Amino acid sequence: MKFEKKDILGIKDLTVDEINLILETAESFLEISTRKIKKVPTLRGKTVINLFYEASTRTRTSFEIAAKRLSADTINISSSTSSVVKGETLIDTARNLEAMNPDIIVIRHSAAGAPHLLASIVKQSIINAGDGAHEHPTQALLDMMTIKEHKGKIAGLKVAIIGDIEHSRVARSNIYGLSKMGARVVLAGPATMLPRNIEEMGVDVYTNLKDALIDTDVVMMLRIQLERQKQSIFPSLREYSQRYCLNRSNIKLAKKDVIVMHPGPINRGVEISPDIADDPSCSVILDQVNKGVAIRMALLYLLTGGGE
Amino acid sequence: MKILLTDARIIDPVQNIDAQMDILLEDGKVAKIGADILKSTKSKDSGKVNIIELAGMIVVPGLIDMHTHLREPGLEYKETIASGTAAAVAGGFTSIACMPNTNPINDNRSITEFIKRKAAEAALANVYPIGAISKDSAGSQLTEFWDMKEAGIIAISDDGRPVMDAALIRRAMEYAYSLGLPVISHCEDTDLSGAGLMNEGYYSTILGLRGIPGIAEEAMVARDILIAEFTNTCVHIAHVSTTGSVRLIRDAKKRGLKVTAETAPHYFTLTDETLQSYDTNFKVNPPLRSAQDVAAIKEGLADGTLDVIACDHAPHGRTDKEVEFEYAANGISGLETSLALSLSLVQDKVIGWSELIAKMSANPARILNLPKGTLEIGADADITVIDPQLKWTVDVQAFRSRGKNSPFNGRQMQGKAIITIVGGEIKYDER
Repeated sequence: MKFEKKDILGIKDLTVDEINLILETAESFLEISTRKIKKVPTLRGKTVINLFYEASTRTRTSFEIAAKRLSADTINISSSTSSVVKGETLIDTARNLEAMNPDIIVIRHSAAGAPHLLASIVKQSIINAGDGAHEHPTQALLDMMTIKEHKGKIAGLKVAIIGDIEHSRVARSNIYGLSKMGARVVLAGPATMLPRNIEEMGVDVYTNLKDALIDTDVVMMLRIQLERQKQSIFPSLREYSQRYCLNRSNIKLAKKDVIVMHPGPINRGVEISPDIADDPSCSVILDQVNKGVAIRMALLYLLTGGGE
Repeated sequence: MKILLTDARIIDPVQNIDAQMDILLEDGKVAKIGADILKSTKSKDSGKVNIIELAGMIVVPGLIDMHTHLREPGLEYKETIASGTAAAVAGGFTSIACMPNTNPINDNRSITEFIKRKAAEAALANVYPIGAISKDSAGSQLTEFWDMKEAGIIAISDDGRPVMDAALIRRAMEYAYSLGLPVISHCEDTDLSGAGLMNEGYYSTILGLRGIPGIAEEAMVARDILIAEFTNTCVHIAHVSTTGSVRLIRDAKKRGLKVTAETAPHYFTLTDETLQSYDTNFKVNPPLRSAQDVAAIKEGLADGTLDVIACDHAPHGRTDKEVEFEYAANGISGLETSLALSLSLVQDKVIGWSELIAKMSANPARILNLPKGTLEIGADADITVIDPQLKWTVDVQAFRSRGKNSPFNGRQMQGKAIITIVGGEIKYDER
């Protein structure tokens, strides 16, 4: 199968076949990262620009490592050092970058839809590395890859996503992806963190953590951002953690072989207790990070015409 | 100069006329209206009368848009009074009321006089300025309503910067009552709308854009209806967009309160589903709502709850719109598409011709106390000639307005103003 998409803007736009192709391609790249010499010449002479308008450690590093292991040249631009601080518009920045003939532009932006604007302007492939509260497609792909490795499948599983769904691009991309792949997705959080009409995305919604955890195969905990307290979506971290923190006791409601995921960075003791986060028998959090490199290698490869 | 419009279908809701007739304009006024004017005029004044044959056309009292933004002074790159009034007559509007959110704000006599002078220089559509309620529209201190009224304002509003202080709006309504000035309220509880970007619902959820709930509008509609009742003042609710607002206004009217209301063409034409492209031309405040709300707006137009169609003409420059959705300015450049979009209500049998013309001429005239909106003998010769069959395609580059920001670019339309006459002079003619 040939990969036809120009851009990766969201999981919403991907078909099941495309998701499977990406996951399979990523599988084949996993091994490269275990070699003594972690580099192949596949993308030699290709240029990847990481355009990050929002802070990121994991995702930006992961994209950079992925590109470098495929021998592409990478350039990192972050908003504090780019012309953004001089007031240049995204469109002008994009046109200038385009004039330098890169092959792929990876963009993270706090404004939902910014990657779509970029994709409509430039001829290069765009990868969305997270846009506002909209989508984070590479995170969902690496999550699906992690689930598939540990469970052998995605179809038929129950996946619980817990926390601040309203502000989470990870949740939206995973709802699209996991639903397409045949999993049953349930959400839980206080109603202040559940966006309106979210059930129309085909998910079950609970306001109680315990209801969502019952018999679940996968638990995905979302990061609580402390600054959101000012928006009155929760009264205090103390109360939130008492009601929604995944711990030794409530995890017993899930299936015995439940796996625990988190897109990071984790708030120990807020949404996830340290002993769960560090428990190798259930926590796959670092495995997600590991898969992230392979997923991003696969996307860079497929978008530059690999597999043709 | 005399103008004789012959053989057209004349619709004047005020006189309850809908018939094939002639109309003679003389010295800037309507001189005669009747069936046989052509014959008698030909014999008496042949050669001195501009006779315009209008078979198949519809002649109506000049359209009035009571909610526009002309951007001058201060934001001339978006629109000037000259370009805005050129857009008005091209859209069939003979009179427009302009909101005070210029820079500086129209919060004192000198700005009002400036707007009136610029409009007179442009000499296209009649321009009626709306004064600010509070100084700098900052919501803390009342402006000099009386002084501005003498200079020409016909209503007061803080428009896009709604008065959140309920005590201040109470005082504004009381003071306006003593002057007979209507208060126009942009209803938006800004605590509830917050940093919202689009209607709060399924589409804001999947697009990850912060929502503006319908209750942000409805809470202030309810408040202002209560205060209007308490102060016995006329309040006009601007750009109604939600089911709940229509219900509140309908109930208020049933109780006989002096409440009137308008909606804009985009609120009965587009839903929030259209935002999936992140196209900033669809970004407007209040935001495009759900399909259910669109149906409720149409019901409100049909049963008379919504008295007026006003386009909330909000022209912007390219730099305001060619940015991330989050940073883009709100607004649609609407003067040149409003009539055609509204005609679809007649084509779809939501309302009849007479109701449409009332909502776009007689009703705004009545609400703003303007001596306009009718073709009675002696009335100002403000007239719009509509070709109801003309098919055309919206092309923003052909707009007279400097604001090319329209979500309707490329849309196929049916019906258009082809002649616009203001004070007996032809100001637009595309025959």
